[in-house]
Amino acid sequence: MAVSVDEAVSTGPARDRTPPARRFGGRGRSVLEVALLTVLAVVMLFPVLWMIETSIKENRDVYAIPAKFFDFKVTMDHFKDVFAASGGGRSALSVSFLNSFVVAGASTALATVLGVPAAWAYSRFAVKAKKDQLFFILSTRFMPPVVVVIPIFLMYRQVGLIDTKLGLILIYAAFNVPFTIWMMKGFVDEVPAEYEDAAMLDGYTRLQAFWRFTLPLLLPGIAATAVFALIFSWNEFVFAIFLTSSDTVRTAPPAIAGLIGGTTVDWGLVAAASVVFALPVLVFAYLVRRHLIAGVTLGAVRR
Amino acid sequence: MSDSAPLTTDHPGQVAAATPPAPGRSRRLSDRGLAVAFTSPALLLLLAMSVFPLLWALYLSFTDYSATRGGPAQFIGLGNYTAILASEQVHLRALTTLIYVLGAVTLQTVLGFAIAYLISRRTHGRGLLTTLFLVPMMLSPVVVGLFWRFMLDAQFGVINSMLGSLGLGQVEWLTGQRTALISLILVDTWQWTPFIMLIALAGLTAVPKYLYEAASIDRASEWFRFRTITLPLVWPLLLIAVLFRAIEAFRLFDLVYILTSGGPGVSTETLSFHVYKVAFLGFNTGTASAYGILMVLVVIVLTQLYLRYLNKLKED
Repeated sequence: MAVSVDEAVSTGPARDRTPPARRFGGRGRSVLEVALLTVLAVVMLFPVLWMIETSIKENRDVYAIPAKFFDFKVTMDHFKDVFAASGGGRSALSVSFLNSFVVAGASTALATVLGVPAAWAYSRFAVKAKKDQLFFILSTRFMPPVVVVIPIFLMYRQVGLIDTKLGLILIYAAFNVPFTIWMMKGFVDEVPAEYEDAAMLDGYTRLQAFWRFTLPLLLPGIAATAVFALIFSWNEFVFAIFLTSSDTVRTAPPAIAGLIGGTTVDWGLVAAASVVFALPVLVFAYLVRRHLIAGVTLGAVRR
Repeated sequence: MSDSAPLTTDHPGQVAAATPPAPGRSRRLSDRGLAVAFTSPALLLLLAMSVFPLLWALYLSFTDYSATRGGPAQFIGLGNYTAILASEQVHLRALTTLIYVLGAVTLQTVLGFAIAYLISRRTHGRGLLTTLFLVPMMLSPVVVGLFWRFMLDAQFGVINSMLGSLGLGQVEWLTGQRTALISLILVDTWQWTPFIMLIALAGLTAVPKYLYEAASIDRASEWFRFRTITLPLVWPLLLIAVLFRAIEAFRLFDLVYILTSGGPGVSTETLSFHVYKVAFLGFNTGTASAYGILMVLVVIVLTQLYLRYLNKLKED
């Protein structure tokens, strides 16, 4: 069973029922703990709040010294600038957002289509050298991206995939396939193989049994896995910056990073772009909160 | 690789694709075919996008190829490798990387475990707390790097502004030789503490209640319980999290690129960032490839250790 955040939330360890702290009149201690948690939570969340605040501040308040925490004028101009170009029409940033949608969506779809059947096969069949194959698959995910990008760059230059969305889609899919296989294998393992055996006794072929009985049971798992792949592709920066260059192809991370290239940086715009860019990820993350542990550890840690 | 034509050997007259075997008859064979058909597309993609480039890099690492100069690559044997391993520069980058990895991973392990421990002791608001604490981890390194760069700005950054109003001195966060690396460690810690917290929390929640109950009957002290029950049970999971973080931190590139670009001077130049400079600014593709291969070797060793440990853990 995968450990989920919800579980971590609902069932408390025994300490909650028989709190030793309280036995020693530990009310003060409990207060201390709450205070500590609050401080930590504020520290962890402050940068995010500051970014949101900056995105709705007028420029002179953004650069105010000392920093203004409450008393500033609210404006939506930065958000307008994220989407609309100054001369009218769409901004380069909004095009890059669109590219991010296309690249992340397509690479996730490709990784899912390739990874789910493979995960099923690895889970159900005695594949030759299965452990070695699975290790090989996992190991491709651990390579330093900046190292892989050198030969990929040369290879793409040869075959004309440099500065194309297809190039990014392929490399992101290749990075997401290992994750999809590892995480999905866990989900498939949880579906009893007897379902398929029973279906086959009824005259279905193995493929039909997979398609009609196992796959529908896997759908929630597939959705969770796909969301993680989506988050990875959405946030990815290294390949995006080295394999693309033109505004029409570039995804959002390098486009946002490009905003700090000049001599003066429009931090209000950077903040607004970052907020817009982070929103989908936070929504996605909320959707898969139950699978976070399996997700962030490539599905390798499941309990 | 698995062979793709097992059907033809047993049924010489039969074409595999045209007449699939009836259910029940020769199920083994159809299973095998299905396994191959289902795993090979994924494996092919990985071969094309990971193995082939890596082999290419391996080949280039023995040459003096340069991506800009072009022309045929000259085979120079282990020259690149000996040059890298003997290079003062690389030793310095390795030291920087080591300091960064050790500093960041230690800090986030202690903090992450502490937060997880505090959260696990609460009955109310745990879901909300956990979700809030997880936000930094989900953000893109670009976004994280950018807004920390903004906040750490020596002139108008909010951190210095707060230090100022507390009557403390200003800190040159990203422009000081020493402080830049510390800033990098702090930002990485900010982003990845939630990762350790999440996994530690899972471990803490999984500790069986009866152990604590037994201990409280024995009137064991809180510290004793923590040391003999909590820690041993959470430790293995925590170690996995640490290994994961160490591998990730070792490969770190994007945060360095955005936050400090390796500067000031070379004070925050990690191995990954140095490879990038050699490859894309110096265009010594051959040297960079050898460098990359060495890094991959380190990662593979780490991964092997990690997997071996994971397997041992699963057996217990």
